[in-house]
Amino acid sequence: MAYRSSVDIHTEWDIVAARQLGRNEAKKIGFGTVDQARITTAISELARNIYLYAGTGKIEIERLNEKGIFGIAIIASDEGPGIADVRKVMEDGFSTSGGLGAGMPGVKRLMDDFRIDTEKGKGTTITAIKWLR
Amino acid sequence: MNMRIPILKLREVLIVSIQWELDDQTALQFQEDLLKKMHDTSAKGVVIDLTPIDFIDSFIAKVLGDVISMSGLMGAKVVITGIQPAVAITLIELGIRLENVMTALDLENGMDKLQQELEA
Repeated sequence: MAYRSSVDIHTEWDIVAARQLGRNEAKKIGFGTVDQARITTAISELARNIYLYAGTGKIEIERLNEKGIFGIAIIASDEGPGIADVRKVMEDGFSTSGGLGAGMPGVKRLMDDFRIDTEKGKGTTITAIKWLR
Repeated sequence: MNMRIPILKLREVLIVSIQWELDDQTALQFQEDLLKKMHDTSAKGVVIDLTPIDFIDSFIAKVLGDVISMSGLMGAKVVITGIQPAVAITLIELGIRLENVMTALDLENGMDKLQQELEA
């Protein structure tokens, strides 16, 4: 069973808590300062999206070990409205919140693997992974 | 429980050193405090040093970009100093470009740059 920890997102303060948790985990896994910044930033963007679009949700951080290759997974989930057009949110410059947030393409660039599972009216789960090189 | 960021005045310049990770409220409060201080002191320039900051997300970047534009409207010039390599890399990868922003490697270079701008 992989080690997993989580922060519930209800307020702006929880965004800070989520990225602190992520940075600590990234440090423990052995990521360098640039990757720590990438992971922390990605968590901040994903947590803010939950806060802005779904209201509440959670950020889970999982330590990965695939045949001796270590990594970190950020799982951002909510039971919000879901994303109507996933292709559109993956376009650079697309935002429904008036320019707040660099959006999903930015988070994808910061991480190695990126997946969106969403259903309209049911919620969204975004999984973003960074591998230790 | 948000903390206020201290803003120091040295001659006609305001100096700000952001020492800890910014939450949203602190960032917005800082925006307001800086503009007010600028107005109260008739400062002509601002140096914002980010040396201790190890990441900047899109929200903080937007607040910084906005405060620079707002300062410009009030007739003051802003120099950002001390952006760490990790911060520069993540900002660009994230797709954020702080265009038309004066930057310098450290506080000392930032003060020199601002002085040149103010004398120009």
